[in-house]
Amino acid sequence: MDEKKNQYSRRDILRHGVWGACAAGVAGTGAILASKSRGQKYVWQIDPYKCTACGNCATFCVLQESAVKCVHAYAMCGYCDLCTGYYRPEPKELNTAAENQLCPRGAIKRTYVEDPYFEYTIDETKCNGCGKCVMGCTSFGNGSLFLQIRHDRCVGCNECAIAIACPENAIVRVPAEEPYLLKDRR
Amino acid sequence: MTRRMWTYLLPVLMLCVLAWGVERFPPPQFESGHQVPQMATPLPRAAVWDWIDTGVLFAALCAASWLALKKRNRKWIAGLMIFSLLYFGFWRRGCVCPVGAIGNAALAAADSSYAIPAVVLAFFLLPLIFTLFFGRGFCGAVCPLGAVQDLFIIRPMRVLPALEAGLRLFAYLYLAAAAVMAATGTMFLICRYDPFVTLFRFDGNWNGWVLTASFLAISIFIARPYCRFLCPYGVILRNLSRLSKWRVTITPDECIHCRLCENVCPFGAISEPSKVLPLAETAENKRRLVVFIILAPILAAAGGWLGWTVYPMLAKQGGVAESAKSLGIKLAIVAGVFVGLAAAGKLIGSVIGRRQEDYEARRADCFACGRCFEYCPREQLKRKQ
Repeated sequence: MDEKKNQYSRRDILRHGVWGACAAGVAGTGAILASKSRGQKYVWQIDPYKCTACGNCATFCVLQESAVKCVHAYAMCGYCDLCTGYYRPEPKELNTAAENQLCPRGAIKRTYVEDPYFEYTIDETKCNGCGKCVMGCTSFGNGSLFLQIRHDRCVGCNECAIAIACPENAIVRVPAEEPYLLKDRR
Repeated sequence: MTRRMWTYLLPVLMLCVLAWGVERFPPPQFESGHQVPQMATPLPRAAVWDWIDTGVLFAALCAASWLALKKRNRKWIAGLMIFSLLYFGFWRRGCVCPVGAIGNAALAAADSSYAIPAVVLAFFLLPLIFTLFFGRGFCGAVCPLGAVQDLFIIRPMRVLPALEAGLRLFAYLYLAAAAVMAATGTMFLICRYDPFVTLFRFDGNWNGWVLTASFLAISIFIARPYCRFLCPYGVILRNLSRLSKWRVTITPDECIHCRLCENVCPFGAISEPSKVLPLAETAENKRRLVVFIILAPILAAAGGWLGWTVYPMLAKQGGVAESAKSLGIKLAIVAGVFVGLAAAGKLIGSVIGRRQEDYEARRADCFACGRCFEYCPREQLKRKQ
């Protein structure tokens, strides 16, 4: 009888010991990670100065319609008639013929302001973030068109699928209070 | 007009080759008084919502533990499960979840420049703490990945225990691979191949949909295949659950050995009372145990060797940064040893068993889903009184 009692208590001691060790392990892991943690919330964003408009944003987002859209820093725009973000920059003769339009989705709206200036606005419901216009604008224009992750669409994946696919590592975590990395007149 | 433009444009273009990023076409001063529009910058979800999510997770874990241990009612547990599926799954679109948080934890532990968000850390730790006290209530009623599979349990088949243990090694392997890949900054394997997130977002590519459909199709016959054979978080939870302070008991008072609970458990987590083995078989088991214990270090070494040889290939595929490679190879060896030891543990577990006199749920395997309560005659009797 006595022996049996002892046996049980030994097992209990072992059990409690291992439990304590596990609890300490979980608490320790928590403490170490907490010391590295910041209460701040982070979101994903594209650094426009690193972005090469390779086109991965259009295809690698987990959403069928990418959360990356082209945005326009109007203050940087030259309001050109022959916009190389709107018209194909390659043709021998750069002109305003309709077949020269660059955007595959027709997402850029061109409106006349005054001679010789035109304003270009992006229809985000049509834009797929392919970056063709960004490439054209950055190569030959002021670079006022650039890609940004739109936070009304982004689902905030734990690990951004485009960030993995990005060849320039241009997709970074930014504080949620300042969720955009905008271009300005440098 | 065009010509005028070009005479202006060409020299500027040449200049720009020298000084990239310069303003090639100065923004105009409008004579018509045209106002330059402002870019819209829609804000992300406010941070306070993340804390609300954490609060909901905490409340759900409390409720799951109370329902499984005290209230003992399958209907309530199923209700909580559906709520969790709707909230964490469809409303929060599956992110952030404790399963994927393994990646963040591993990256934070290895990379000092990465700060794990506090909310993700809370999601990672809360279920672990609850499991240490109350068992795997998280799996049964809170995890949206488990919940969506649970709804598809229609014709569950029994999986042979040896096969089950063997298949479960995939989960250990998955955990090891995910931890190594996250720690070296290659990718968050678990999040990337999450089989149900496509359904939760109701958006995604074909691969995602095929993965979701196949897992749900398998769920019809093999209950909760992801939880049992793949879930890396489940590996941690099942081993913590072995030691939990309190646990699910099938019967409220005494077991009458009716076997109804064993029949109804779709996960095969209930084992029958242990038989008294004949002497010859006991001797055979003892011999096997010795062999398996000797085998353990060999398996561990084999695992380490496997990690050492497989890692360079994976690193090549995943495009690991050169700086992370030496860390990666060390981690891969550790991960391989871990998988080897897990395999040895499974072998040893197959020959030793705790003596039990009644039908009991194995702590590691029980998801605390509460199906057995409804079939226990003693429970029914108690409810009538």
